[in-house]
Amino acid sequence: MITTAPRRLHPADLARTASVGLRTRRTRAALSALGIAIGVAAMVAVLGLSASSQAGLLAEIDKLGTNLLTVTPGQTMMGGDATLPLDAPAMIARIGPVETVQHTGKTKSNAYRSPYIPSFNTNALTVRAASLDLPAAVRTSLAQGGYLNAATAGRPVAVLGSAAASRLGIARIHPGMRIWVGGMWFYVAGILNPATLTPEIDSSVLVGYPAARKYLHFDGHPSMVYVRAQTDQVEAVYKVLAATANPQNAGEVSVSRPSAALVARAAAQSALSGLFLGLGAVALLVGGIGVANTMVISVLERRSEIGLRRSLGATKGHIRLQFLSEAILLAALGGAAGVAMGVIATAIYANVKEWATVVPPLAWGGGLGAAVAIGAVAGLLPALRAARMQPTEALRTV
Amino acid sequence: MTGARVEMRAAGDRHTGEPVLRLDEVTKIYPGATPVVALDKASFTIRQGELVAIVGPSGSGKSTLLQVMGTLDRPTSGTVRIVGEDVATMSDRALAGLRATRIGFVFQQFFLAEHATALENVADGLLYSGARNGARVAAAATALGRVGLGHRLDHRPSQLSGGERQRVAIARALVGNPAIVLADEPTGNLDSVSGTAIFTLLTELNTEGATIIMITHDRELAARLPRRIEVLDGRIVADVTVPERPLPVEPQRPSPFEPQRPLPVERRLP
Repeated sequence: MITTAPRRLHPADLARTASVGLRTRRTRAALSALGIAIGVAAMVAVLGLSASSQAGLLAEIDKLGTNLLTVTPGQTMMGGDATLPLDAPAMIARIGPVETVQHTGKTKSNAYRSPYIPSFNTNALTVRAASLDLPAAVRTSLAQGGYLNAATAGRPVAVLGSAAASRLGIARIHPGMRIWVGGMWFYVAGILNPATLTPEIDSSVLVGYPAARKYLHFDGHPSMVYVRAQTDQVEAVYKVLAATANPQNAGEVSVSRPSAALVARAAAQSALSGLFLGLGAVALLVGGIGVANTMVISVLERRSEIGLRRSLGATKGHIRLQFLSEAILLAALGGAAGVAMGVIATAIYANVKEWATVVPPLAWGGGLGAAVAIGAVAGLLPALRAARMQPTEALRTV
Repeated sequence: MTGARVEMRAAGDRHTGEPVLRLDEVTKIYPGATPVVALDKASFTIRQGELVAIVGPSGSGKSTLLQVMGTLDRPTSGTVRIVGEDVATMSDRALAGLRATRIGFVFQQFFLAEHATALENVADGLLYSGARNGARVAAAATALGRVGLGHRLDHRPSQLSGGERQRVAIARALVGNPAIVLADEPTGNLDSVSGTAIFTLLTELNTEGATIIMITHDRELAARLPRRIEVLDGRIVADVTVPERPLPVEPQRPSPFEPQRPLPVERRLP
């Protein structure tokens, strides 16, 4: 009859009581929230950076075009190396949606800086015969000098891929510069920029087809055909390429799409980001311990407040909820600050790298969620202690 | 709500009101290697509208009595009835609800929240009663007016004198119009002038209808109240009622033999 059942606090009142400790002890609250913030910031930044770098790589792939297909000889039925027919490029060029066909043929020669280099120091370079519009087809360009043309294709003239140039120790070409290829001097006409889609060209020394036949005992069979198809027809071209390249033995031809491999690589998480994620989690855990510590001290210091609240009619549940929500609030504020810090770090780094800033929802949502969860766990024990405190004990003056 | 209770009693029927607090053979023993009997079969009844002093020297069991009367602690044996309800049958949650609505506390140390204004402190007296914020603030403003602090609503405790702080604490105890106000040494932390003013305020609030139980070690102060219950070693040794004696409204000069308390450091002169 007279007993008025205890009331649940209105959410606004709960928020106000939960923030008492934060408002009255700002420095301590800020410092313990900082621990959480650093942990969340590390996690958000790691996830944001890897997502942004992925986005950057995908943007680069888009720029290079996803319509490049490559044709290479596979294996014969007997397990030996197959070859592509001499007229494979010409046949592929007759497929309707194909825009460009360029090709290279691998020779058995090696390239050296000079005749005095021991022959086993091949630098893992390959000497390839190359068609005359290759750089445009693989979306690379010349860093220095010029590419092969109809005149130089038959002469002992070479163009170096970017990695090949650095392995041979050639940073800058000058007129009359030569390298030793297949037992004779070849003049260096130019150096290519890196070809991201086709890294095999980077480590190649390119010579003209006629020159390769004439000086390097090359049989003239292309070993790699680069095909640019209309973007919306890539799948269709992909299906007919093998049969077109080698109608007699379509099974001995392998066709691939280099951009697909790069996309897959972009999607793969690097081991390093896993490590940093782990470090972020450790920082978050340490931050949680900091919050727990702050709450334990807070409960001890605010004994008389607890006693007063009990005398004003607060139930154990009210006290428990107050301290638990204070811990959660503290951690959530830290988490929000951490998300902001992580996003800012990601944005700055992505800007420097000229990537789009991408922070996946999982990163900031998960970071905030982890902070709240840590706060709840950290606040549980102090809140239980606060609620267990007898009002008479809490009101006793020391 | 405020007006109804005030008008329910006239000045003369001080001892004819409904019983609001009844102790029956209440014993409290603190367990330990040598158990301490803090209360020994204390029995008395307090009726609505009374102004009672519970007086006794330190260690006499006054504080235990306050805690038992205020439902902050449960007796070892005996029954405590508040507005007819046996406290022993109620759960902790129900007791909290009882404190929220029926009992107001005034402490020697005031226990005000330093970061909050006087108005917010008083409004917090209703925080756990289920009243909405608007109603709490309105009631708090009224209560502060009753204790003569209507002009200091937005002052923080650090901007108030000791006496004013105790007035805020009294307003907080009164804001919900509780059946009982328990004041634990309300003048204990105050200089004699402020203490006398607080004492006068409590007697005025009593004439307006509040039931007030004041706990004190000051026999002289207790002697000025219409009823005093004397406690010694946990026993009620005297329950003296002075019927119809006019209360001394004029503040008395502090006795030269009474030890003077030092002024609180933070007390500000007007």
